[in-house]
Amino acid sequence: MKAKQRDYVATGLLWLAALAVIALLGWFLAFILARGLPVFDLEFFIGKDGVGAQLFNSFYILALSLLFSLPVGLSAGIYLAEYAPANKLTDLIRLSTESLATVPSIVFGLFGMIIFVNLLGLGFTIIGGAATLALLNLPILVRVTEEAISAVPESYKEASLALGANMWQTLRKVILPTALPGLTTGITLVAGRALGETAILIFTGGMNVSRHMFDVNPLAAGETLAVHLFAVQSNPLPGTNAEQIADGTAALLIIVVLIFNLCLSLPIRRYQKRLMGK
Amino acid sequence: MANRKSSVKLTNQLSKYFFLSCAVLVSLIIISIVWFVGVQGLSTFRQASVLEFFTGTNWNPETNHYGALTFITGSLATTAIAIILGGPFGLAVAVFMAEIAPAKIRSLMRPATDLFAGIPSVVYGYVGLTVFIDLIRKTTHSATGYGLLASGIVLAIMILPTVISISEDSLRSLPNTYKEASLALGATRWQTIWKVLLPAATPGVLTAVILAMARAIGETMAVQMVIGNSSRFPQSLVSPTSTLTSNIVMEMGNTPFGSTWNNALFMMSFILLCISLLLIILVRSASRKGESH
Repeated sequence: MKAKQRDYVATGLLWLAALAVIALLGWFLAFILARGLPVFDLEFFIGKDGVGAQLFNSFYILALSLLFSLPVGLSAGIYLAEYAPANKLTDLIRLSTESLATVPSIVFGLFGMIIFVNLLGLGFTIIGGAATLALLNLPILVRVTEEAISAVPESYKEASLALGANMWQTLRKVILPTALPGLTTGITLVAGRALGETAILIFTGGMNVSRHMFDVNPLAAGETLAVHLFAVQSNPLPGTNAEQIADGTAALLIIVVLIFNLCLSLPIRRYQKRLMGK
Repeated sequence: MANRKSSVKLTNQLSKYFFLSCAVLVSLIIISIVWFVGVQGLSTFRQASVLEFFTGTNWNPETNHYGALTFITGSLATTAIAIILGGPFGLAVAVFMAEIAPAKIRSLMRPATDLFAGIPSVVYGYVGLTVFIDLIRKTTHSATGYGLLASGIVLAIMILPTVISISEDSLRSLPNTYKEASLALGATRWQTIWKVLLPAATPGVLTAVILAMARAIGETMAVQMVIGNSSRFPQSLVSPTSTLTSNIVMEMGNTPFGSTWNNALFMMSFILLCISLLLIILVRSASRKGESH
């Protein structure tokens, strides 16, 4: 039975590949946390070379970028899911969304640099960084919204329309509330990814932090955690323990990503399953 | 009453047009990215030779030599290594998740691959720098360990989530009857996977590989940290060189906006943009082929 033996061998190899992926992920997390966690102390966060300002900037820029991208992304997604007729314009919009999703982030960075740093003459700013980061979020938000809305059973919509509600009322009272868990999961994943983005922000948000801690001025330069990790590795400042700062920053980034991926999106996904009755 | 009715109607109309204009805005954004980056990049050739840019390896902006072939080669080579290493591995994991994994293990692996995708690229670069470089230097006895191999390995890990999730989806979306027919004919599970399921899922797997290429060629931070950043044409897999993305990061800060040198960097990003748009067109034709099956 040669075929049967081959089947065993192949099954074994496939199990091995899967275990290797899990092991790789586990090793990654363990390695980064083991090096970084011992660095965490008060000095690391609020000391002279501390990363408190970068941590603040990361969330500040993320929040601003979502402020720009959420309304547009959600609306475009709603349009594609509920309104878009099968015509040339819809094709163009779909092609644009897919293209935007594969644009390398460094290209977004350079585009943002032309617009915000040079044309508008702002220099490296938090607002420029956030607006450019919004472009990265946008296509993912459109897709996530379209998927979440398309997952709502057609009968919900039909029932609402049959009761005499118009499309806007149906969207607001029936479709969006039902799609909310799916939307929230998608938005959390988008946020987790945007938090780690670097290439865009180097060219738009800059590699400096304001001298005032927790500067909310959107025209100040805003180095984020991810940019900081890059900066301390490529140009370690003399007189600082750059290696330890890098270890700590990497661990901090991983923890933030873990929080976004596990603590926020998993429970929502479970809740969504219950809601959809699956 | 009539007033409220007409305002309800108006909101309904207005909301529709608002949604439409947001959707059109997405198109306008991609068009203006192509326009602005393209204009800035192409103005390189008012001073530099097109032929030298694409075929020359002499990158010496101080003496007006803009041969970018080294960077183009670097980008293509790292992407190729990443696909060769990460593609089959990711596909194997996808097959495992779609066909073999018990439900419990599968429900663990989905979030695990999401997490892989969520790890920031600087963190991949950081691990590459602290672990892989040393490892490569010791095992290959090269001078530094930086180069195409290190970048290719880091990228191979980074493309795994793309390859895994899209291939798995396409395997899962095959009609159950394919599998049942094959098993009913007495084929083993592996024969069914190899002879029936994988060929049927080819368009989806191709899409996965193309999108992985797009991710690999545009990746910047992780590559910049392990490629070595030398503008020399790669002598081997383990000699320091550069890619389009890494060179943009290295030189952008030192060049004034509007200079030929600076424009040449924009031209490099325009090449990246064109490649990624080309890959999207390929994805579309791959998935169209899938539909006609």
